[in-house]
Amino acid sequence: MPRLLRLAVPALALALGCAGTVPPPAPLLAQAPRPILPPPPWQLHGSIAEGWEGKIPASPPVVIHGATLMLGTGKTIERGTIILDKGKIAVVAEGDLPAPTGSIVIDGTGKFVTPGLIDTHSHIGVNPMIGTVGGEDTNEASNPSTPEALTADAFWTQDPSIERAVAGGVTAVQVLPGSANLIGGRAFTIKLRPGASAREMHVGGAPDGLKMACGENPKRVYGQERHGAPMTRMGNLAGQRAAFLKARKLREQWARWSDEESRRLEGDSRKRATYDAKREDRVRRDAYCHQTGEPDPCDTWRKQWRDQPLEDPPVSQPVAPPDRDPGTETLVAALEGRVLVHVHCYRADDMMAMLALADEVGFRVRSFHHALEAYKIRDVLAARQIAVSTWSDWWGFKMESFDGIPENAALVSESGGRAVIHSDSFEGIQRLNQEASKAMASGRRSGIDVSEGEALRWVTSNPAWALGVDHRMGSLEPGKDADVVLWSHSPFSVYALAEKVWIDGALAYERGKPPWSDFELGQEPPPTPPLPASPGPFDPPRSPVLLPSPGGRP
Amino acid sequence: MKASSPALALVLVLIAADASAQKNPRPRPPAAAAVAEAPALMFVGATVHTGTGEVITDASVVVSQGKITQIGKNVSAPGAQTVSAKGMVITPGLVDPLTAVGLVEVDLEDSTHDDHQGGADPIRAGFRAADGYNPASVVIPVIRAEGLTSVGVVPRGGLFSGQSAWADLDGATAAEALAGTATALHVHLGVGADGGHATAVLRVREAFDDARAFQKNRAGWERNQSRRFAPSRLDLEALVGALDGKLPVVFHVDRAADILSALALSRELQLRPVIAGGAEAWKVARELAAAKVPVLVYPFEQVTSFDAIGARDDNAARLFAAGVAVGISTGATHGARKLRQVAGNAVRAGLPYEAALAAITRVPAEALGMGGRYGTLAVGKVANLVVWSGDPLELSTRAVEVVIRGRKVSLRSRQTALFERYRTLSR
Repeated sequence: MPRLLRLAVPALALALGCAGTVPPPAPLLAQAPRPILPPPPWQLHGSIAEGWEGKIPASPPVVIHGATLMLGTGKTIERGTIILDKGKIAVVAEGDLPAPTGSIVIDGTGKFVTPGLIDTHSHIGVNPMIGTVGGEDTNEASNPSTPEALTADAFWTQDPSIERAVAGGVTAVQVLPGSANLIGGRAFTIKLRPGASAREMHVGGAPDGLKMACGENPKRVYGQERHGAPMTRMGNLAGQRAAFLKARKLREQWARWSDEESRRLEGDSRKRATYDAKREDRVRRDAYCHQTGEPDPCDTWRKQWRDQPLEDPPVSQPVAPPDRDPGTETLVAALEGRVLVHVHCYRADDMMAMLALADEVGFRVRSFHHALEAYKIRDVLAARQIAVSTWSDWWGFKMESFDGIPENAALVSESGGRAVIHSDSFEGIQRLNQEASKAMASGRRSGIDVSEGEALRWVTSNPAWALGVDHRMGSLEPGKDADVVLWSHSPFSVYALAEKVWIDGALAYERGKPPWSDFELGQEPPPTPPLPASPGPFDPPRSPVLLPSPGGRP
Repeated sequence: MKASSPALALVLVLIAADASAQKNPRPRPPAAAAVAEAPALMFVGATVHTGTGEVITDASVVVSQGKITQIGKNVSAPGAQTVSAKGMVITPGLVDPLTAVGLVEVDLEDSTHDDHQGGADPIRAGFRAADGYNPASVVIPVIRAEGLTSVGVVPRGGLFSGQSAWADLDGATAAEALAGTATALHVHLGVGADGGHATAVLRVREAFDDARAFQKNRAGWERNQSRRFAPSRLDLEALVGALDGKLPVVFHVDRAADILSALALSRELQLRPVIAGGAEAWKVARELAAAKVPVLVYPFEQVTSFDAIGARDDNAARLFAAGVAVGISTGATHGARKLRQVAGNAVRAGLPYEAALAAITRVPAEALGMGGRYGTLAVGKVANLVVWSGDPLELSTRAVEVVIRGRKVSLRSRQTALFERYRTLSR
């Protein structure tokens, strides 16, 4: 800004041909823009992400016909055709359609197609499947509040769980920091294609998430293990409140800075306008004097001009902005809805306390995670449009998970809430379809009418919404990203295998192909056996199968 | 074996009684009152998978006095209460052999743990899970509703963790519920063993050497005419049970090299080994088959450590194909409810269907020495069975009836009570 103020002064002065008497015009500052907090340099949005979008491998169009298309919108097409082209879903239609020339045609008869599954809660890449001291990067447990921590900075692209998740039909995940901290840091959303870096795998334009935690974990890690704060749920909320109040203060500081800087620039503008008016006046008179050559009043004027030369329009010193603070700025972004808030929270009362805090300090919760007691407050969560990311039947591992029931997702869904089945596990992420299936079955068993279409939304369009990417993912609709899974059986069957998985229209996984993780190279992977002839659907053999008997005495 | 002193004889009798519960059950089988109250039941019209690989369509199963009394196509049981199971499937009750059911209520709450002896001594062979078993655990009704009728109740921690029990998932007291109070001795050779794999093998051998010396010279030891032994007296007694072949020894190992170590130790010491976990067991399937050693696998086991770096989804399938007796466990407690899903995934990965059913019924019973009374549907066996709405391994299927020792048990749990309380929100 200050440099702009001095532009081109000598050139203009010379052009007027009377340097020294008629002063140069002030530089341009007509529309002083209101200064805003510039985006932090480490933000993932922008050109880096676009690099990834440009790296989508070219693939000829892919046509799958004859399969049952489960759209992720709640609808199903019994025998349909889906065409993937240029990274997007081009066509979704009933019946057979002619394939464009040069396309890869796949007979999907008897098979099922769904959108790629989306996991709102993964620690893939930061809590790698292979558990080692050296590779563990889940929790920046050096302070209970680390909003400045970015999972993207720790992401290990060779985590062997990545390809296993894809083999389970998962195409996109949110990679979160762990829940040791009250505020764990920034999560980011990736597509599960091989990439050299987190940023290459990042979904361009997807809003980052802010990971927060309620309840036992921060208490345990800091209070119990280190005799520090927080030691209680009171300390949890107090710590979170303090962090957000600091963020509000920073936002006010930026606003104040913005006001002051605006005022300064406006003041400069006004002074320049005054200067310009005076200068314009002198120029006009000078021209008049030149034209007429009359000494009166020109001599008087010139004397005046000499005696009272116009001062350069003053350039004020810019107001120093507040210090950059990536952590607190992340919380500001959460307050402003630019970063979506995801809260690890089990108990109903913990969730209600978090909502009270959110109202108090001014943020919105996008999704509660784990949320085993969501069913107890499902009316509140539905009314506030808070997604409930939960499991089907994981419970009892700590006190706050004691009241988990397998109907949780079904009850939330029935009440008009957005249920999501998430994994939080490198094992569970390989079977998200099964988890959704169990949650659906548990609901039905208890008399809750859950359709397969609805249950599929729990792992497709609902998580897409929770991650703010539903405009481009989570359903089979023309124009959406071609993230698609071809299943051997209904995805609700325990026997279903993802046979092929496309991400952005390119084949990302094919059953039987060797793994891509560098880590697993040289581990003597024997050839994958062929697909079982007909695993299930419950096809008992005609004659008894004699089984080997274990050794020793019976 | 010779009992050279009355005290030793008594101890050995007690150990023997514990170890071979099917021969000499202790404590007594289901409370007599409960059995007397239960009417004879005849389940009619089902597809019956017996757990041996045999499948009988349109068959009936009769249970009476806690036992299976008839099974097949043409049975009649006058006086029995008939239960239609038309279009349904009957299997033996499911067994998860490696759980901490009844020992742990809430994982992260230490006050609810009775699954380990505690202390620094890694030799805890004398520790008995049975002594801490809580038949009122809230976990029991939850997993029972998923068709589990028996579990292995396994102690954790240390090198020798102790002795597991066999619990039927019914009964008001531990005495009623436990059909075996000392079914197997559990040893951990793998990662996490203090000092590493070699130290683990060293200590195991030392402990058994001592137990052998103790066994041979018990009288001398009683008179203080013996060298010092590393394990305590109770540990030595448990180890003697294993040396006598009365207690199977369950080696919890993942790495192929350690599985071979376990086999070698077992040959050397003449133990009855069972492999638990065995993430890399498929790599040594031939050796396991030749030694006739059953393997209890966790089909959801992942590449989580360098010991398990060869973990594969098709471990069970490959072992079975090589002729190994494969059992399946969740390795979980609260998560034992997922047993049939876990088995279904093993089928998905290539394990033949009937082998998967056997892996959660017959094989674990046989591996833990309970095969004489449990694990299959056969006349004379304990009447633990499940009536399913369809394929028991499929996710949409539910257990319609669960029968334990001839009695239909409740499928309600604390979780169903929570569901009912919150079915409608009163706010």
